[in-house]
Amino acid sequence: MRHLLSAGDLSRDEATLILDTAGELAQVGDRSVKKLPTLRGRTVVNLFYEDSTRTRTSFELAAKRLSADVINFSAKGSSVSKGESLKDTALTLQAMGADGVVIRHSASGAPHRLANWVDGSVLNAGDGTHEHPTQALLDAFTMRERLGRLEGLRVAVVGDILHSRVARSNVLLLTTLGAHVTLVAPPTLMPVSVHTWPCEVSYDLDEVLPKSDVVMMLRVQAERMHDSFFPSVREYSRNYGLDGERLSRMPEEAIVMHPGPMVRGMEISAQVADSPRCTVTEQVANGVSLRMAVLYLLLGGS
Amino acid sequence: MPEVPEGTRAVLDGNEINRALTRIAHEVLERTKGGQDVTLLGIPSRGVPLAERLARRIERVEDLDVPAGSLDITMYRDDLRLAPARALGKTEIPAGGLDDRVVVLVDDVLFSGRTVRAALDALGDLGRPRAVQLAVLVDRGHRELPIRADYVGKNLPTSLRESVTVQLEETDGLDAVLLGPSPSANGKEGTRPGSLQRPEDTEGDA
Amino acid sequence: MPENQGPYLIRGARPLGDDPVDLLFENGEITAIGPDLRAPDGAEVVDATGLIALPGLVDLHTHLREPGREDAETVASGSRAAAMGGYTAVHAMANTDPVADTAGVVEQVWRLGEEAGYCDVRPVGAVTVGLAGERLSEIGAMADSAARVRVFSDDGICVSDALLMRRALEYVKAFDGVIAQHAQEPRLTEGAQMNEGCVSDRLGLPGWPAVAEEAIIARDCLLAQHVGSRLHVCHVSTKGSVDIIRWAKERGCDVTAEVTPHHLILTDDLVESYDPVYKVNPPLRTAEDVQALREGLADGTIDIVATDHAPHPVEAKETEWSTAAMGMIGLETALGVVHKTMVETGLLTWEQVADRMSAAPARIGRVGGHGRELAVGEPANIVLYDPAAPVDVDAAAMVGKSGNTPFRGMSLPGRIIATFLRGVPTVLEGKIK
Repeated sequence: MRHLLSAGDLSRDEATLILDTAGELAQVGDRSVKKLPTLRGRTVVNLFYEDSTRTRTSFELAAKRLSADVINFSAKGSSVSKGESLKDTALTLQAMGADGVVIRHSASGAPHRLANWVDGSVLNAGDGTHEHPTQALLDAFTMRERLGRLEGLRVAVVGDILHSRVARSNVLLLTTLGAHVTLVAPPTLMPVSVHTWPCEVSYDLDEVLPKSDVVMMLRVQAERMHDSFFPSVREYSRNYGLDGERLSRMPEEAIVMHPGPMVRGMEISAQVADSPRCTVTEQVANGVSLRMAVLYLLLGGS
Repeated sequence: MPEVPEGTRAVLDGNEINRALTRIAHEVLERTKGGQDVTLLGIPSRGVPLAERLARRIERVEDLDVPAGSLDITMYRDDLRLAPARALGKTEIPAGGLDDRVVVLVDDVLFSGRTVRAALDALGDLGRPRAVQLAVLVDRGHRELPIRADYVGKNLPTSLRESVTVQLEETDGLDAVLLGPSPSANGKEGTRPGSLQRPEDTEGDA
Repeated sequence: MPENQGPYLIRGARPLGDDPVDLLFENGEITAIGPDLRAPDGAEVVDATGLIALPGLVDLHTHLREPGREDAETVASGSRAAAMGGYTAVHAMANTDPVADTAGVVEQVWRLGEEAGYCDVRPVGAVTVGLAGERLSEIGAMADSAARVRVFSDDGICVSDALLMRRALEYVKAFDGVIAQHAQEPRLTEGAQMNEGCVSDRLGLPGWPAVAEEAIIARDCLLAQHVGSRLHVCHVSTKGSVDIIRWAKERGCDVTAEVTPHHLILTDDLVESYDPVYKVNPPLRTAEDVQALREGLADGTIDIVATDHAPHPVEAKETEWSTAAMGMIGLETALGVVHKTMVETGLLTWEQVADRMSAAPARIGRVGGHGRELAVGEPANIVLYDPAAPVDVDAAAMVGKSGNTPFRGMSLPGRIIATFLRGVPTVLEGKIK
């Protein structure tokens, strides 16, 4: 494995190895010295074309805990904002000797393009409406930690599937790992060919909830309303939002996940967001361990 | 049961391994003045069951609860870049931590000494033991660093063209120490093809 | 500009793939056809044994980029690329900068073509001012200009306003013009990046649904029939479009249609690489669409092959998919692709290839002196093609200015050996003159 571009590129063994490695590395956060020497002398560049403090800090912390040198390269205030092309930026990073490039970009496929232009490893930290593989990995990790298994787990992913890179990566990864995914959204927010995806599709959240071990809520941008994906925030929230009443109809052990940032009052109520069954902060913590695992497995060897 | 390659012979059988561990248990108690502050840390993979066995023997002799855990040294290896990234072993530090403890590192084979060097580095990040000692089942010589074992099950003179394989009930189904020709001319680890492999049949200290 | 070097005697060529004969060109005309012709004094003799002779190809859809984007292509470089592909006439699309929406611009383009001398450059006039889709450009003035424009198109942008389209269709009847529509419903394709389907959904790229093309084609066919005008549909790309055009022709609508070489062979799964060399408008579709397009071209539902040759500089393609320019070059590979997809598959004969790539486009564009029979007294516009000389497409070896060919690395079954424009070789021995 040289790059991590798509969750679909991972075999079951590879994905499991990443999760297992993350499990071991999770301890590092509890130690007196929260650092491992593994990537000493290696350079990791965080190339962020989209603002994402959450994901960038997570990667930054992960790389630093492995003793890598970290350079943050954000689009704002850099050569990028002066019109430099992705290719020229790539060649610059190449010349600086970047061993790994973590890229977040608003264009789907930008990490694939970058991988053609640099010798180092490319990690997709979210590309357009395509994929976000480390998010799916940390989601799977969180499910396994909480529920003890992934095989046979029933996972509902609810919200703006059409525009969600988190949904795409989760469908691919969870299927590889033996979980059963059901996508829930109004038909306007489903891809046209969703029936060819390896998952179930439902337009009825209430029907899916009692049969789910995990309910993953996706952020829904209110602006979608202006493009007529749904009539109003109120109607969306009534049909597809997760509130306390709906939470009570989920199986007792079932958990609520959200990749963040949450829009309280839209897809999730404050009551649910603050409930102990909601794993949002765990997901964030697990994100660091998981990204350490990926950085180690991509950059730690020959 | 793993296949025994041609030209391989057993240098220790199950009984001999048991006797060696019993002797080491007694030596640990002697050298640590009753073993009160001892914590055993096995180095994965085969050091871990050896540490557990030692702990049980000490408990039997002295009626003493000896904390035993494991310490994975993969992230501290000095040869990471010579091979595709390896899967990690378990690190389990017993409750109570390592500060002011006498930590006895336990491994199956002592060879170049590089594993022990990595283990010492790892220990430094985990706490501050009062002393660190080393117990190994087999010392096969050929040190590349100034490191020696405090407790040795068997000193086994070998040539670099030979390999030493420790098999244990817990990991391999039976107890044995085998001496045979090195499986590859390239030497120890680092030649396994493919990526993201899990370590198996590690020849102790590599 | 290639120079006339006197009479040419072509020995042993196979006109439209038939039995070998000799052809003699003098003073721009075919003066003799027959076995064992005697070479007149001073004649150059070209050994054409095994080569197929076709009438010079005519492209109804070429982007020459001049004026405005001379970094991508110029009229001169584009017409050299055309000659290299066996073309003797091309239609230069109107989406230049400034837009070809006045007699001045179309005359400039026409004159640049004359000066280059590699093929006849027929400018296409814009339907609306600035391609803005708001009011008709001075169509009549362009028709009356020295360029004698007969094809009008806002190509790149759809004339989506139904009333404006109706007026345009009606207006060009006065001088036997034709509206070439880029059929793309704009609202259904906002931000579209590729064909909408399984691949776009997987790749997270906004889709360009087939219905956005088909709906406009259906509307325009009905409009054209209603006002009794000629309609030409650019770069048909879907199975549904073929069905609609077939239906329209059956009910008597005067519609013609084109398909590009790339839509005859490439499919949207190529986008998996995110390599923008495969980014084009209309987008690459599915294998089912490709099959329907081939069948439509074979049965005459689709009248012609047109290249939609769209050169772009390197930097326009060496980028993220979504910011990359749409379009691919095609002049130099068109005949090879048609050979591979239509002739080798048994769907077209060489005689039919001559119709789809020369006679029919000349007829639709009302281009005189092109697309004629290979007969004594006709202009010596001829291409000699070796059907047994496979070539690996090399982007760096293109004669045109840009190298954005999606066929790079692909093997095509034959190559152009010579192109004659009114008896003057523009390509000889496989090399541009």
